[in-house]
Amino acid sequence: MSQAPIKDNEVDIVIGALRSDLSSFFNEWRAYFSRFHLIIVKDPDLKEELKIPDGFSLNVYTKNDIDRIVGSTSISFSGYSCRYFGFLVSKKKYIISIDDDCHPAKDNKGNFVDAVAQHIENLTTPATPFFFNTLYDPYRDGADFVRGYPFSLRNGVNCALSCGLWLNLADLDAPTQALKPSERNNRYVDAVLTVPTAALLPVSGINIAFDREAVGPALFPALRLAEEGKVRWETIEDIWSGMCVKVICDHLGLGVKTGLPYVWRTDRGDAIESLKKEWEGVKLMEEVVPFLQSTMLPVTAATAEDCVVEMAKTVKQQLGSSNPVFGHAADSMLEWVRIWKTMGSRPS
Amino acid sequence: MAAGSRPAVTPLLKDELDIVIPTIRNLDFLEMWRPFFQPYHLIIVQDGDPSKTIKVPEGFDYELYNRNDINRILGPKASCISFKDSACRCFGYMVSKKKYVYTIDDDCFVAKDPSGKDINALEQHIKNLLSPSTPFFFNTLYDPYRDGADFVRGYPFSLRDGVPTAVSHGLWLNIPDYDAPTQLVKPLERNTRYVDAVMTIPKGTLFPMCGMNLAFDREMIGPAMYFGLMGDGQPIGRYDDMWAGWCTKVICDHLGLGIKTGLPYIWHSKASNPFVNLKKEYKGIFWQEELIPFFQQVALTKDCTTVQKCYLELSRQVKEKLGKVDDYFNKLADAMVTWIQAWDELNPAKADAAAAALANGASK
Repeated sequence: MSQAPIKDNEVDIVIGALRSDLSSFFNEWRAYFSRFHLIIVKDPDLKEELKIPDGFSLNVYTKNDIDRIVGSTSISFSGYSCRYFGFLVSKKKYIISIDDDCHPAKDNKGNFVDAVAQHIENLTTPATPFFFNTLYDPYRDGADFVRGYPFSLRNGVNCALSCGLWLNLADLDAPTQALKPSERNNRYVDAVLTVPTAALLPVSGINIAFDREAVGPALFPALRLAEEGKVRWETIEDIWSGMCVKVICDHLGLGVKTGLPYVWRTDRGDAIESLKKEWEGVKLMEEVVPFLQSTMLPVTAATAEDCVVEMAKTVKQQLGSSNPVFGHAADSMLEWVRIWKTMGSRPS
Repeated sequence: MAAGSRPAVTPLLKDELDIVIPTIRNLDFLEMWRPFFQPYHLIIVQDGDPSKTIKVPEGFDYELYNRNDINRILGPKASCISFKDSACRCFGYMVSKKKYVYTIDDDCFVAKDPSGKDINALEQHIKNLLSPSTPFFFNTLYDPYRDGADFVRGYPFSLRDGVPTAVSHGLWLNIPDYDAPTQLVKPLERNTRYVDAVMTIPKGTLFPMCGMNLAFDREMIGPAMYFGLMGDGQPIGRYDDMWAGWCTKVICDHLGLGIKTGLPYIWHSKASNPFVNLKKEYKGIFWQEELIPFFQQVALTKDCTTVQKCYLELSRQVKEKLGKVDDYFNKLADAMVTWIQAWDELNPAKADAAAAALANGASK
């Protein structure tokens, strides 16, 4: 099964900086990052200067840059949302984005995992959303389609989104982590698989990669919680955005993979504190999931931008009245498409 | 999180589970499984020449059925049970009186996990069946009920109770379950990757079910596990388990039941002859292009409230929509009805619902 070799200059690695001292982060990831161009976006609320070691090809964007480039907008790039600015200004085909509190993980043999290379492999090999392969990704070495897999479906479709996982501090919600404070994810599951069409999943932004040309506009900072904070337990923007991307990929016939690569996520924050502060995200999911499961996009929506616009309309109509946060999300989605189009028409 | 759904020690279920084994050769493989299988009752379905004696190793409690027994017990309905094909195993499901069935091929042995420890496949299947499935929303950390796993951020709490698990589909190390063309192209490929996961197959998604290492809740889904017309006198082979899997998945989706796949692994030792396989599968490779859209679009009506009703409705649609692909599907549809009739005769408690369905529904 042939694989198109990817050029390094087709990739941007986007890091949202929520901490100022990124020295150890970059040194740990150096072996995997240094070949590629990086876009670092500093959380507009972060006051301290960023500390980044030498030896990387990168552009750093701060609050001033964001304000200057995007201009007046209702979109907030505060906190975890800062990375979306990086997605916006990138000119590359593939984007990989990892939270700044993640480290390279080790696989079952004790070797460090090149998460960047794995994401690239996921994005450049086909996805198989229409039929489940029981040996998982059939394009991996040593695997294939099993008996009973229709031959007409073996070419697969383009993979637009690659969702990686986390060892140590898994991406559990605050109630769950609070209930099991010492639970850590030690299980390295050696699989990549395509999430079937029509199946939704909670897409975590912690360790993610996507084809910007195919679905770029569909990753947006739209669903902000009232008391959104600087730990993932206090956010839901990535889950919302990621689920919308899945609906859009299903509609456009693109694939979403989940599984490898793993990153090692540091213990950080206090689940109980987050729980005291913020239940809202957990409650919102009860409405979000049934809504997205029943969302149908019109045949005329042929691009990611069209799809986002259609989804925004439906969100406003069907969810807007139940909670103002959805109305704002719908507005943000439309605003995002506007900004995206404006950036796209600017000279490089 | 579904608290209390994880027993600290997996129950043996030795009086609630039968192990169904089809065989035409011998049962030597049972020696390796003895430490794990000995507590259980075995149902051996002997395929091929009934005058041959299949020796069962000492110390196992079993019942054995050959073709003469099948003909005697089912009479004319025996026509629905395949001959000269491991599909005959479903006769074992029908005569079992237990709640759970585990079926395994006679060329499957105990595998080792990455730490070198022997895998008790049956214990893992029981864990899978006794914990809920989550077909309505995909959990990125796979089975949330496993030790050390849980639901991830964003997973709605209202979906965390899950649904009952009807089927546990295990996998195989060493000889992978490839079709004949793939075997011919990659004769040396071996599955060496131990993927430490169990996961629920999402609602609405089909998969190719393999009968080599399979467990199910017979009371919940048994009548759907008909392995079709294969082997002697039939135009097709090696599609038995897949056919059962597609029917079962559609019915499980309709009834809100779950199917899991992944662990446990067994060690599959024997590579069947790819040229022989190609002859068996040949028509299936073409037919499956029609079968998949059929199963993807099949809709069961609201009054299909039992497995039998669902199955009979499926058989009606098979006749209507697939009969034109090949006359084989007309025969298969009839055999599906015969299967349900035979199932209900041998399992009378469920007969009333099915009898009503037969009276109302199955048009011939």
